[in-house]
Formats: sequence, C-alpha cells, structure tokens
Amino acid sequence: MSFAMFVQHFFNALTLGSLYALIAIGYTMVYGILRLINFAHGEIFMLGAYFVFWGVTLLHLPWIVAVILSVIVTSFAGILVDRAAYRPLRDAPRISALISSIGVSFFLQNLAIVVFSAIPREVQRPDWLVTIIQFGKIRILPLTIVVPILSFILMLGLLYIVYRTKPGLGMRAISKDIETSRLMGVPVNRVIAITFGLGSALAAASGIMWALRYPQLQPIMGVIPGFKAFIAAVFGGIGSIQGAVVGGLILGFMEIMIVAFMPSLAGYRDAFAFVLLIIILLIRPTGLFGEKLEDKV
Amino acid sequence: MDAKRKRNYTLNAVLVGVLGLFLFWANGHLDGYKIQIMNLIAVNIILALSLNLIYGFTGLFSLGHAGFMAIGAYTCSLLIMTPVQKEMLFILDPCMWPFSVMQAPFVVAVIAGGLMAALFGVIIGLPVLRLGGDYLGIATLGFAEIIRVFANNLQPVTNGALGFKGIPDFSNLWWNYGWCLVTLFVIVRLVNSNFGNVLKSIRDDEVAARAMGVNTFKYKLTSFTIGSFFAGVGGALLASLLTTIDPKMFLFILTFNVLMIVVAGGLGSITGTVLGGIVITVLLEWLRFVENPLTLGNFEIPGVPGMRMVVFSLSLLFIILYKREGIMGMREFSWDWLFGLFRKRGEA
Amino acid sequence: MSERAVVLETRDLTMRFGGLTAAHKFSIQIQEGRIVGLIGPNGAGKTTCFNMITGFYKPTEGSVLFNGQDITGWSPYKVCSAGIARTFQNIRLFRNETVLQNVMIGAHLRQKTTWWHALFSLPSFWKEEREVREKAMGLLEEVGLEKLACEKASSLPYGAQRRLEIARALATEPSFLLLDEPAAGMNPHETQDLMRFVKDIRDKFKLTILLIEHDMKVVMGICEHIWVLDYGVTICEGAPEVIQADPKVIEAYLGEEAVKDA
Repeated sequence: MSFAMFVQHFFNALTLGSLYALIAIGYTMVYGILRLINFAHGEIFMLGAYFVFWGVTLLHLPWIVAVILSVIVTSFAGILVDRAAYRPLRDAPRISALISSIGVSFFLQNLAIVVFSAIPREVQRPDWLVTIIQFGKIRILPLTIVVPILSFILMLGLLYIVYRTKPGLGMRAISKDIETSRLMGVPVNRVIAITFGLGSALAAASGIMWALRYPQLQPIMGVIPGFKAFIAAVFGGIGSIQGAVVGGLILGFMEIMIVAFMPSLAGYRDAFAFVLLIIILLIRPTGLFGEKLEDKV
Repeated sequence: MDAKRKRNYTLNAVLVGVLGLFLFWANGHLDGYKIQIMNLIAVNIILALSLNLIYGFTGLFSLGHAGFMAIGAYTCSLLIMTPVQKEMLFILDPCMWPFSVMQAPFVVAVIAGGLMAALFGVIIGLPVLRLGGDYLGIATLGFAEIIRVFANNLQPVTNGALGFKGIPDFSNLWWNYGWCLVTLFVIVRLVNSNFGNVLKSIRDDEVAARAMGVNTFKYKLTSFTIGSFFAGVGGALLASLLTTIDPKMFLFILTFNVLMIVVAGGLGSITGTVLGGIVITVLLEWLRFVENPLTLGNFEIPGVPGMRMVVFSLSLLFIILYKREGIMGMREFSWDWLFGLFRKRGEA
Repeated sequence: MSERAVVLETRDLTMRFGGLTAAHKFSIQIQEGRIVGLIGPNGAGKTTCFNMITGFYKPTEGSVLFNGQDITGWSPYKVCSAGIARTFQNIRLFRNETVLQNVMIGAHLRQKTTWWHALFSLPSFWKEEREVREKAMGLLEEVGLEKLACEKASSLPYGAQRRLEIARALATEPSFLLLDEPAAGMNPHETQDLMRFVKDIRDKFKLTILLIEHDMKVVMGICEHIWVLDYGVTICEGAPEVIQADPKVIEAYLGEEAVKDA
C-alpha cells in the first residue's frame, strides 16, 4: 500500500472513529448513571441528521442555523425519551427499562419512516467540505479533517462540563451511588435529564457529520452505527468517557484498516464489531478503562 | 398414577381432540389468508415458548433468538429443497457439497434445523452464559448479528443476500400445530418438575440457588440449548411456511416480535405465551389496515406505511410502562383452577 | 473437651479487596456436633468469612478444610454438595415460588433423575418427584410451616421467612450449617424458640452449626465456643464466659469508655 493510500485511509479511519466516539459517549454516560443500555440512542443520532435536512429543505433555513437548531431539538428529544419511557421505570427491574428502550428504538425508527418515508434522501453538502484537496499524490476530503477536529472540540467541551461544573459533579456522583446522591441533595432527575441532553447533542452532531460523510439519509441509518458505537463504549469500558472515546477511535481504525488490507472481507465489515464485542466480553468485560461491579452476597 | 393426574391427562387429551377437529374444519372451510394466520400463530407460539423458557423461566435475557431461527430455517430449507432446485437457485455461486445433494423428509429436516440451532446454542452459550443481565443480552444480540452477516456472505451455502425462493411448502396446519403441541408438552413437562423449579430459582436469586447446590451454569446452558432447539424448529417451520427466506428476515426486529409476545403474555407463564401468541399475531395482521388506504363513505384515507410498527412498538411501550406483568403475569391455567371456579359458583 | 473430629478448619484465611483487608488470617477449628458462634461489630468481616468458606469469595490467602479435604476456592454449588449449607443475612428466598417449592429446590441437589426423565414421564421421575415433595413437606413440618406450603414465599411474615430459609438449607442434607444472623428481627419469645430449634435440629439432623449473631442472649445461650472479629482480625476466642469478660471484646463493641467503666 502506498503512503498516499495510507494517509487517506488514516483520515477516513480518524473520521469514522470520531463519529463512533461521539455516539459512544452518550451510551456510556447513560449507562454510567442509570445502568441502562439506551437502545434508542442510535435513533437520536438519526434524528439529528434528519432535522437538519428538514430545516434546510422545508424551512429553508441557512445550513448552519439548521445545524444548531437540530442539535438543540434533538437534545430535547433525548430528554423527552428519558422522561416518558425511562423515568417511570426507575424503580422497576432493570430489564423493564431495557425493554422500554428497545421499544422506543423501534418506535422512533418507524415514526421516521412514517414522517420522512423510507426512501433514502440525498443530503446537500456545503461545497467547500467536499471538494477534494490534493497534496501531491494524496487526495483528501476536507471533511475528513474537519470532523475529527470538531469532534475533538466537542469532546473537550463535554469533559469540561463533566469535570469542572456542578451538573458534571452530580453526574459523577450519581454514577457512583444514586441513592446516596439523592440523599445528599443532588437533583437526581434534573442531572439525569442533563446527561441525556448532552449525550443526545453529541449524537446529533455525530449524525449530522455522518450525513455529510455518507450523504444518504435513511430512517434506519442509526441502527448499525448505534450498535457499533455501543460496542466501542463496552470495549473502552462502559461508564468511562475516556473509554468511549478510545473505544470509538479504535473501532473506527479497525474497521477501515481491515477492509483496506483485506478487501475480500469487506462484506463482513459489520461483523467485525460484533466479534470484537464477544471477545471483549469474554476476556475483559469491564473493558479497557472500566470498573468492576461486584454483586453483594 | 393418581386420580387427579388421570383426570388431567383425560381432559388434556380431549382438548387436543377438540383442536384436531377444529383444524380439520378450518382446512375445509377457512380461506387461505385465515389459514396462513393460524399457521403463523402456531409458529409464533413455538418461538415464544422457547424464548419464555430461556428468559421468563430461567431469567436469561437472550436477544439472539433471530440467529437460532435463521439457523433452523436455512438448515431445513437446504434439506427439503431438491438438488435440482438448489442448482437453479444458486446462480452466483454453485451450492457447496454436501449441501447441494443432501435431502430429507420434512419432519427430519425440521428436527435437523432444531438440532443445528441447539448445537449453536451450546457453542454460543458456553462462553456467553457466564455474563449477567444486560451483557448477556448484547452478547447474544451480537451473535445473532454475526450469524446474519455470515448468512449474507456465505454464498455457496446460503445463496448470500438473494436467499432461498420456492422452498417446498410442506407446512400446513397439521405440521405446525403438531409441532406446537410437542413444544408445549416439552416445556410444560420441564417447567412443572423440580427441574423447572430449579430454573425458576436461578431466575429469582442466582446467588441463593448456587448456595443450595445448584450448578447454575449447567442448568442455564441446558435451558438455553433446549430453547435454541425450539427456536430452530420455529425457524424451520417458518421457512416452509413463507417459502422464501433471506438474511434481511432475521434482523433484530424478529427477536423483538417474539419478545413482545412473551412480555405481553406474561414472563414466566406458559398460558400467557399461548394467549400472547394469538393476540400479537392477530394484532400484527390486523394492524395492516392502517397501511392500506381506507374508504369511509366518500373519503379515502391514504395508507401510511410504517404506521403498523409505530402502533406495535407503542403497544409494547404501553405494556412495559403500565402493565409489566402482561396478560397472565406468572399465573397459569390449570384444570384445578377451572374446577375451583365452578365449585365457587356452585356454592354461591 | 472430648476428642471429636474437626469437621471444619480454616487456616490463615485472608480476604483483601484492593487496599482493604476484610478478613485477616482467620483461623478456626470446629469440632463435630458443636454449635459455635462468630460475633463482632458490624463490618467486622463475619459474612466475608462465611462467603470464603462457602465459595462465594476466593480467599486472597489461606485455606479451608472440610472433613480434612481442601475445599478452598470451590464453587458454591460444590461446597454445598460436599455438605455445607447456609442461610443469608438478608434472607434470600426464591420470592416467586411457593414455600414448598423453595424447599424442594433445596432437595434437588440430592436427586438422581434428570430433565430427560421428566420429559419422557418415566415412572422413576414420578416416584422421585413424590419423594422430594414428601421430604420437603416433612421439613416444613419441622419448622412449623406446613400449613403455608402453597403460599408464595414473599408473602410470609419475616420470622416465617427465616424458618423457611433454614428448612431449605436442611433439604440439601448438609452435615454443616452456617446461619447468618438467624435471630435478626425476632422478639424475645421468638428468640427463645429459635434457640431451642437450633439445638433440636443439631441433634436431630446430626449437624455442626456455625452462626453469626448480634443477639448476645442467643450467642451466650447456645454457643459452646465463640470467635470475636473486629476489623477483620480475630481478637478473642473461647467459651462464652471468657468472651464476656475480655476487655478487648468490650472495647470493640462498646468503645474505650466502656472498658474504663467496666
């Protein structure tokens, strides 16, 4: 493989990995505080992309305005999902909330089919992002440089919120012990809502950038990336934000590099993530950065 | 054999006889569409019973059912299609030997489908059943997806994304309800014995079960394997019923449908599963009306594609939020209960 | 003390969780047929020791010997199979099953028939099912719960739940019984009954019994030998009179002031 090819693959992998990382953060934050796998998170990702599309084509908003609005609206959608489908089940057995999240996932997918139709839609992309730049033999889309940078900025922003603000402190407290946090006066429901809001905002950003990179919108576009991002979160250590980021990047690289070096296996591309999942669950279920949770006897 | 058991056996035999008469009548008097629904009900009950054994009774949150169904479906199809059919079907890549020549009668093919699925159940269960709760769910889901991706790519065996068309439709009411009764019999026998009690103890409190000398891993694996067997049987029957299968059929949504039946009927209730199977299958079919145009007087309300699943998923949400135990909770129908009812009425 | 065989022995059993030592060099020897006690303030490591003996925790160091056999690190179900049964501090019943089913599940360990026999409705299956049922009912009569056999376990009053847990443990046909705070939540009358009951089952079922307890009446009343734990360390052992007078024990429970007053 030539150096040029390698550089191209590298940026592709970095882009894909960043997109997975952004989604994975949402999964890991919700699991950290609620011990819930939010199956519907992939659909939040999808909604982020669709809302931009709606904003631009239906409301004729300038592209950047549509993006900002979409992130805000999608963020609230995530909060709404928690309020409607997960909060009532806070005291129920955990499996109930899990089943509820599966139900919300299918509901949102099919709602998107009803509202947006299942026909894949083309996304209009700002020209400067998709005109290929050439450095000697290397041909790169500006998009594949912008996405990692933007994702990095967003992740820094999130880490700032989690580690330097009061709501962030609340999140970290709840992830250690929800009951005690409640007793210590942490406004648990509000902090949980903020967590969902932040995670959904990041997922929306990821969805929008995904739609720019792979410019086809489908109601089911969140399913596979959602699974993969979740696997990345588990790989990195579910509950750990650093883990989600590292996991996402590693998964992105793995996917691109395996297909690059072994093109005959391209059809099995989606299975790699699942194989990785099985392996990590068997060898080290807590993932790279995770903590062991003991069952009290 | 004591008197009560004798009475129950007789009553059960009578019930089976009544079912037989009903099927006989249905074959002659109902149209193809209604018979198809009845067939689907039987297959769905088999699938739901197998999931209920694993999840409702043993407490293993397995989301991999679609994978086992796929294995059963493909195995059975390869066995009931003739070599000539297979030669015509595999256009991109010829069918691999021995799959190209093997053939078997329908009942053998269905059993083979179940056995293959059970084999995969052991292979998957051995590493995965050590995991708890959520992790088991996503691990089994992962395996189901891996199976699906392989089905999509193993051209010489599964015909890849094209799948199989023209699978012989040996499936009819007798086969499907026959297998349904077999499944019901096995599950009831297992659940009502002390073996069944042990499975339930694993569900209720695994720590206490282990302290009481239960080798929980062994029992989990047994339950998982038996459940996978019947999932494979269900998949096999489905293949012959629908006469076409392809990897897209075995997405997570298939597991979701079966899970819905189990939850709606009541986790840990066999009666509930049977009732849930009937209700959900009928509901899914009935809901098709929202996707077709509806004429009310002079107005035509256009059909809304996708609305069916919107309503369906909302129903699941409704059940899990407001009536988590489903129709039956953990209660079961029993002849004792029925007679008790009459006795009370009589006394009152 | 007469020369009886040592049925349970632990040697320097230690449990460390990261930097925390929950139990430090726990070494005891229990003779056959005795009723002995493990006491200490909350968090002293008593249940940790139970968990190490019954296989729920793998000890960081040390070993457990049962009837001379090294059972260190055995899985809980193997430990039970060898003859050690236990109850739990927080009562772990099978909540959705009936009282009778709970005991039958305990009896399952000693059953010979498998699920195949159940599947094919073999006569050996029916025979064993009946035997298990009778055995379970017999144990329920021992604890006075036979009238509640068909009730759901979670619907029982607290004291009855504790007795059910003991009946379930007895169904596994143990030779050694570990009771984790059996008298918790009982009034003085129930406690008297419990003390009598423990002695009765020791005699009737030929058991050796180790119990964790906070109720000093029970401990001093029926235990023949007592070990006292504090912060994971065994600070004293001996007959009840010895324990009651030991200043280290008084300090552990009541603080330094109490020792000065004593």
